[in-house]
Amino acid sequence: MTEVTMTVNGKSVTADVEPDTLLADFIRQNLSLTGTHVGCDTSQCGACCVLVDGDSMKSCTMLAVQADGAEITTIEGLATNGTFHPMQQAFHDNHALQCGFCTPGMLISAIDLATKNPDISESEIRHGLEGNLCRCTGYHNIVKAVKAGADAMRG
Amino acid sequence: MPDTGLDTDLENAEQVVIGNGIGARVRRKEDKRFLTGKGRYADDINRPGQTHAYFVRSQVAHADIKNLDTSAAEKAEGVIAVLTGADVAADELGGLPCGWGIMGKNDVPMHEPPHPILAIGTVRHVGDPIAVVIAETKKQAKAAAQLIDVTLEEKPAVANIRAALADGAPLVHDGAPGNVAFDWEIGDRAAMEEAFANAAHVAEIDIDNNRLIPNAIEPRVAVAEFDTGTGDYTLFVTSQNPHVHRLLIAAFVLHIPEEKFRVVAPDVGGGFGSKIFPYPEESVVTWAAAKLGRPVKWTAERSESFMTDAHGRDHVSHAELALDKDGKFLALKVSTLANLGGYVSAFGGAVPTFLYAPLLAGTYTTPAIYCEVKGVFTHTVPVDAYRGAGRPEATYLLERLVDRAARETGLSQVDIRRKNFIQPDAFPYQTPVASCYDSGDYEATLSSALKKADVDGFEKRKADAALRGKKRGLGFSTYLEACGVAPSAVAGQLGARAGLYESAVVRVHPTGGVTVFTGTHSHGQSHETTFAQLVNDRLGVGLEHIEVVHGDTARIQFGMGTYGSRSLAVGGEALIRAMDKVIEKGKKIAAHLMEASENDIEFEGGSFKVTGTDKETPFGAVAFAAYVPHNYPLETLEPGLEETAFFDPLNFTFPGGCHICEVEVDPATGVTEVVNFTAVDDVGRVINPMIVEGQVHGGVTQGIGQALLEGCVYDDNGQLLTGSYMDYTMPRADNVPSYNVGTELTLCAHNTLGVKGVGEVGAIGSPPAVINAIVDALSDLGVTDVSMPATSQNVWRAIQAAGGAK
Ligand code: FES
Ligand code: FES
Repeated sequence: MTEVTMTVNGKSVTADVEPDTLLADFIRQNLSLTGTHVGCDTSQCGACCVLVDGDSMKSCTMLAVQADGAEITTIEGLATNGTFHPMQQAFHDNHALQCGFCTPGMLISAIDLATKNPDISESEIRHGLEGNLCRCTGYHNIVKAVKAGADAMRG
Repeated sequence: MPDTGLDTDLENAEQVVIGNGIGARVRRKEDKRFLTGKGRYADDINRPGQTHAYFVRSQVAHADIKNLDTSAAEKAEGVIAVLTGADVAADELGGLPCGWGIMGKNDVPMHEPPHPILAIGTVRHVGDPIAVVIAETKKQAKAAAQLIDVTLEEKPAVANIRAALADGAPLVHDGAPGNVAFDWEIGDRAAMEEAFANAAHVAEIDIDNNRLIPNAIEPRVAVAEFDTGTGDYTLFVTSQNPHVHRLLIAAFVLHIPEEKFRVVAPDVGGGFGSKIFPYPEESVVTWAAAKLGRPVKWTAERSESFMTDAHGRDHVSHAELALDKDGKFLALKVSTLANLGGYVSAFGGAVPTFLYAPLLAGTYTTPAIYCEVKGVFTHTVPVDAYRGAGRPEATYLLERLVDRAARETGLSQVDIRRKNFIQPDAFPYQTPVASCYDSGDYEATLSSALKKADVDGFEKRKADAALRGKKRGLGFSTYLEACGVAPSAVAGQLGARAGLYESAVVRVHPTGGVTVFTGTHSHGQSHETTFAQLVNDRLGVGLEHIEVVHGDTARIQFGMGTYGSRSLAVGGEALIRAMDKVIEKGKKIAAHLMEASENDIEFEGGSFKVTGTDKETPFGAVAFAAYVPHNYPLETLEPGLEETAFFDPLNFTFPGGCHICEVEVDPATGVTEVVNFTAVDDVGRVINPMIVEGQVHGGVTQGIGQALLEGCVYDDNGQLLTGSYMDYTMPRADNVPSYNVGTELTLCAHNTLGVKGVGEVGAIGSPPAVINAIVDALSDLGVTDVSMPATSQNVWRAIQAAGGAK
């Protein structure tokens, strides 16, 4: 067992974990934050994306111990005081989710893209989301939403 | 934007409807929990004292189990039990049932071999489960699985249709000689042959429909528990139809009382057909939970999904179309071989027969059609319904053949279709292959799509592309499909072993709020919003006071679930009928409250009114009175306001439309890009255009995925080569364009709403449009065919086979 400490959605957490515990499992099982999803075993689907020190990372591909000292934001940490993050609002307004399973990872990746490239184009969005699979929406409304969310984030 | 739920997007301005009822672009009620990480999917469920299951699976396609020693695994740390096929046999459990029987030529029924939940004696595909280890943690279960000593005597396998039908091929089941499960036919062979004898031209095609792996992003999950005090079982499972799961597992597999068995399908992360069927793991964990007296959880790893979720499509066909000298279709002859996999899955027999051949008339007046289908066993995972199920296969064959016929006769793609369309005044239209269409206007969807796709401007775009060294092509599909599954009587005649009606309960609460209990299930389809819009429209109750409940056999009467684009056409109609009963009873209550005759009460705008007076009682006041029945005429009126309706449709519904795809191909590399995709669909009345468009976007993307990217590959020994997202190409955001979608509506003639269904149209209509576009782009190079998936390699090979890029 190894002790890890990290800040998750603004709260400091400390826990003993097996050294081979994946960050995704730590978040889902130890912290009971089940909004982060696991959709594959080859780092391909992106359902598990969380922000690690501001970067979208696949939490299935990181060990919990690698996140020691990091600042993590999961989907549960996006809204503030019951108000949607602009990207959440844009996903809602543009019907960018159907079953909702890919949504946590999509939102995290979208926020990462829009933060780093505030005036992002459609083709940059499409390439930027290449690591996130959605089987339901056909991406059309997700792309629209990311553009709208990026615009809203710029204010 | 004010929270009106209305779309202010100008491109859709003509569709703006005031209010939240039918036709309004209401944003979804279900979004909030999914956007904040509060969805509750099956893997989010953990039960106190829970144990974890891990399955040991066959790594070869065909073998006899010679020795299975579990003793070392049983002693491993944390292991509670190891169960095998011997335990299944000892407990006399049943196999997985098949929901649809097929009667072949000369009244020979389909061969239905047993499908045990853990292999007994023989394994028949990679991934077939041999044993299950149950331990305190998943890690322990997985580690102990390595200690199971299993000796498999590998035998020759048949991994595809052609190998399975070869002379002397190894048999998948001894009871199915030649590996043929059924040999079935439909249509009038003699009439077809006579028409061919008089044909001016015959177009022919050999065509494969590539095998697909469904890949809902949420893997399958089953969590079971057993209450040793009451004897109650509970199963949380990724299911599109929890009541069907309950019935089949209770009655056929575990032989447990249905009334003691609760099945919950909570939020489900996509299904696309793959979560309809009962699979071994769900029964195994339920059985094990009772045996061990502790909850048991199993979550598929993605690699397990690839090798155990029922696959889709996989047809090999030859078809011929006879035309007269003017290009009118005279007759169609189709011969199809359909891969069933190693066992017959729940609807494995129905998909390539009744969900396929009755669609072969398409939108055309072809007077004589004959089709024969052989269902073929192979050493691969079972094949069953995947978005569209049978109808994409029929559409792909027919629309590719029509495209080819146009090229061979010199007719344009538009003219050949217009010449042969069933006309709007011809409905009801009886096809020669059982289907009787109720409504449609194929010219309307075609001409709307021609405009939307700017087909007039195509030649200029093609010339521009040529300057850049690219080949640009345009492909059409004027498709039709049958859904709204299903009229029970018709389905029963066709071999279905259950009725396919749907049910709804409308419970009006004393404060006027409404709960709808529906037997359909939403796993992305947005029923919580669409069904609430129906209630808002009919009863005038605000959306915020309407709750739609689905997915729990303990809360919901009975239901057949969601597949075959049936939820609105069948389940929505049940809801309408239950609401009509509520209104009828409400009129009685209102008559009593307003001291009027029941015959003088009408319900309008959310209020009960006495005709010809200004007296009215709002719906909420009637609801309250129903539960607080002071001075109630109890002899004639029961308290309470809750009604149930079951609805069984009279016919299938027949959505149709026109898809136009525009591609650019790089002739040097074969790299193909979809640059424009237009879909104009007739899905009947649209309840929420935003949701309907979303369904089309998703379906079209799956269709483009099939056409360009996706293909399941087994090697000749039955090893699955496309067993992960590294090897199986899923469509990603940068593989597809933004879409141009619209609707043209004719109303379904046999449900009150006039709805037809939209879940599958995108996946059904689109693949031939894509491939026809590629053929069009490369036609001047002499290319006449490209097989799916049209990867750059396949396209490049087609160009080389035709003599290379010029
Ligand atoms: S779970 Fe698929 S990438 Fe992490
Ligand atoms: S919304 Fe279902 S996978 Fe994206």
